[in-house]
Amino acid sequence: MNAVLPSPTTIAALVKIGLLVGGLMTAAAYLVLLERWIAAWVQDRKGPNRVGIPLTNIRLFGLGQPLADGLKIILKEDFTPSHVDRVLYNAAPLLILAASLAIFAAIPFGSVLPPLGIPGLPDPVPFLVAPGLDVGVLWVFALSSIAVYGVLLGGWASNNKYGFLGGLRSSAQLVAYEIPLGLGLLGVVLAAGSLKLDRIMEAQATSGVWYAFAQPLGFIVFLVASFAEAARLPFDLPEAEQELVGGYHTEYSGIRLLLFLVAEFLHMITAAFLIVIMFLGGWHLWGVTGSAAEVSWAGALVRFAILSAKILGVIVFFMLVRWSWPRFRFDQLMNLAWKVMLPLGLANLVTVAVVEEYRPWLVERLGSSGAGWVALALPWGMFFVGWIVAGLLTPSGTDNRPIHTHGPLDAEQSLAEDLVEA
Amino acid sequence: MKPTDPAIVWLEEKPLGLGERLYLPLFVQGLTTTARHLVSPKVTVSFPEERPRIGNPLLYRGVHRLNKDAQGRVQCVACFLCATACPAHCIDIVAAESPWPDREKYPESFQIDELRCIFCGMCEEACPVDAIELTSLLDLTGRSREEMIFDKEKLLSVYDMTKDAEPMKSASLTGGSAHAHAIPAGGARQGGLP
Repeated sequence: MNAVLPSPTTIAALVKIGLLVGGLMTAAAYLVLLERWIAAWVQDRKGPNRVGIPLTNIRLFGLGQPLADGLKIILKEDFTPSHVDRVLYNAAPLLILAASLAIFAAIPFGSVLPPLGIPGLPDPVPFLVAPGLDVGVLWVFALSSIAVYGVLLGGWASNNKYGFLGGLRSSAQLVAYEIPLGLGLLGVVLAAGSLKLDRIMEAQATSGVWYAFAQPLGFIVFLVASFAEAARLPFDLPEAEQELVGGYHTEYSGIRLLLFLVAEFLHMITAAFLIVIMFLGGWHLWGVTGSAAEVSWAGALVRFAILSAKILGVIVFFMLVRWSWPRFRFDQLMNLAWKVMLPLGLANLVTVAVVEEYRPWLVERLGSSGAGWVALALPWGMFFVGWIVAGLLTPSGTDNRPIHTHGPLDAEQSLAEDLVEA
Repeated sequence: MKPTDPAIVWLEEKPLGLGERLYLPLFVQGLTTTARHLVSPKVTVSFPEERPRIGNPLLYRGVHRLNKDAQGRVQCVACFLCATACPAHCIDIVAAESPWPDREKYPESFQIDELRCIFCGMCEEACPVDAIELTSLLDLTGRSREEMIFDKEKLLSVYDMTKDAEPMKSASLTGGSAHAHAIPAGGARQGGLP
C-alpha cells in the first residue's frame, strides 16, 4: 500500500512549492504596489492609498490595490492580433513565467527548520524545494537564460516593429550581461567551493565575512549585471516606453500581459535573492544568528526574517535606482558590459583565485587573522585600482558626438568664408 | 540666424573631472536626492476630504455668480457686453425693460452654459457694473447637460451662497467699502480699479 502514497520527501517538496509559489505571486503583486508607492514618494506624491477591503470603507493605506489591479487586468479583453504567429505568441508568456518560477527550485528562502521527527523525512528540513541539487547556481543561470527566450519569442511572434526591436535589444543586452554576471558569480563559487546556494550562505556565516566585503569588485559587477538581467532602469532598453511603446510585449494585453509583468517582477526578486545570498550573507547577521547547522524554531524564524528583510532592502534599492538615473543609450550599455564590467569581473576572478590559492601559505606565515586581513586587503586594493583605471579610460569611449576640430559647423563656416572672398 | 552670426556664443562642454569619471560621487549624489524626496513632505491634496488652497480668490476663476445690489435686485443691466466678450458664446441674455427707475433694462433671463464656458474671465472684465463675477468654487458637477445650464435664479443663489466668504470684488479692490452702486441709466463704469 505504501507504494501508492507519495513519500514524505515528495509531500514536503509539494508543500514548499505551494508556499513558495503562493508567496512569490503575492510578493509580486505587493511589489507592484511598493513600486507605485516609491515612485509616488520620490515624486513628492502620496501614491495609491484608497483601495482597502472591498465593499467597506476601510482603506488600510491602499493595501487592497494589488487585488484591484489584478482584477482589472484579468477582466481586460485578451486580444490576439490577426498578424501574429499564434503558437509562439501564446507560448512566450507561459515560457517566461514557467522559467522564472522554476528558478526558485534551487534558491533557498531561509535556513533550515529544526528537526521535525517525521519518519522518512531527512532532518533538518531546509528551506529549499530541491535540497539535493548539487548544481544550484548552474540551474539558476540556465533557467534565467531560458527566460530570455520568452522575451525573444514574444517580440518575434508579435510581428510588430516595436516588439521586434524590443526583443532584439533584449537579446543583445541579456547575452552581453550574462558574462559579467557569470564572472561575478565565479568568484563567489571559487571562494565558497560549492555551487549550492545554501552552502554559499553557510560559508559566509561560518567566516562572518560576507562576500560583498571580501570581493567588492565582484559585488559591483554582479549588482550592475543583475540590474541589466532584470531589465530594470537604468538598463530597461528592452521596454523603453518612450522609444518602443511597450517593447517586446507591445502586442500583448489582458492576462498574457499580466504573465509578462509578473515574470519581470520575478526576475527582480530572483536578482535580489541572488545578490543577498551570494554577497550579503543570506540569513546571516553578526551577533543575531549563529552559524550552526541546526537551529531552534525561533532561530529558524529569525533567519527567515533576516533573509526576507535583506531581500526587501535590495528590492527597495532597485526601485530607488529607477528614479535616480536616466536610461543608458544602447552603445553605452554595450560599452559598459564589454569594456568595463567584463575586465573588472576578470580582475576580480583573478584576485580571488590568487587569494584562495595562497591562503594556506598565508595562514602558515601570518597566522589565521593575519591571513584574513591580507585576503581582505588584496581584493580591496584591486577594487580601487580597477575602478580608477576603468573610470579614467572609459568615458571617452561612450561619447559618440561629432568632434569639431576648428570651430563650430566647419562646412558652413568655410562656405561663408568662400562667399566673402568671392 | 546663421551659424556664422557673430552674436552666437559657442560654448564648449567642460571635460569631465576625476569625480565625474569615477561615477561614484555622482552615484551618491543622485541616490541622496532620491532618498531626500522619498521622505520629504508630499504635495498631493486628497481632494474630497481635503480642500485645495485657492491662492487669491480675487484672481481665481471658478463658477459664475450674478451679484445683487443693496435692495436685493439683480445688479445686471442687460448691456450684453459679457455675452459679446465671451469667446465661447456661452452667455444667453434676454433683456426686458426695467421695472426700476434707476436703469433702462434688466435681464429677464440670464443663462450661462457652464459646460461650454472656458472660465477665461472675459465676462467679468467686460461687465461695466460688476454684476457678473467668477467665484472660487471649483468643484462644479452635474448629472445632465441641462442641469449645467445655469439660469438667473441659480446664478443669484450662487451669490447668496458665496457672498459672505467672498464679498464683491470691486468692494475688495476699492478698500472694503461694500456699498451698493447707484447705477445710473446707461450703465457707466462705476467702482472698478482704484
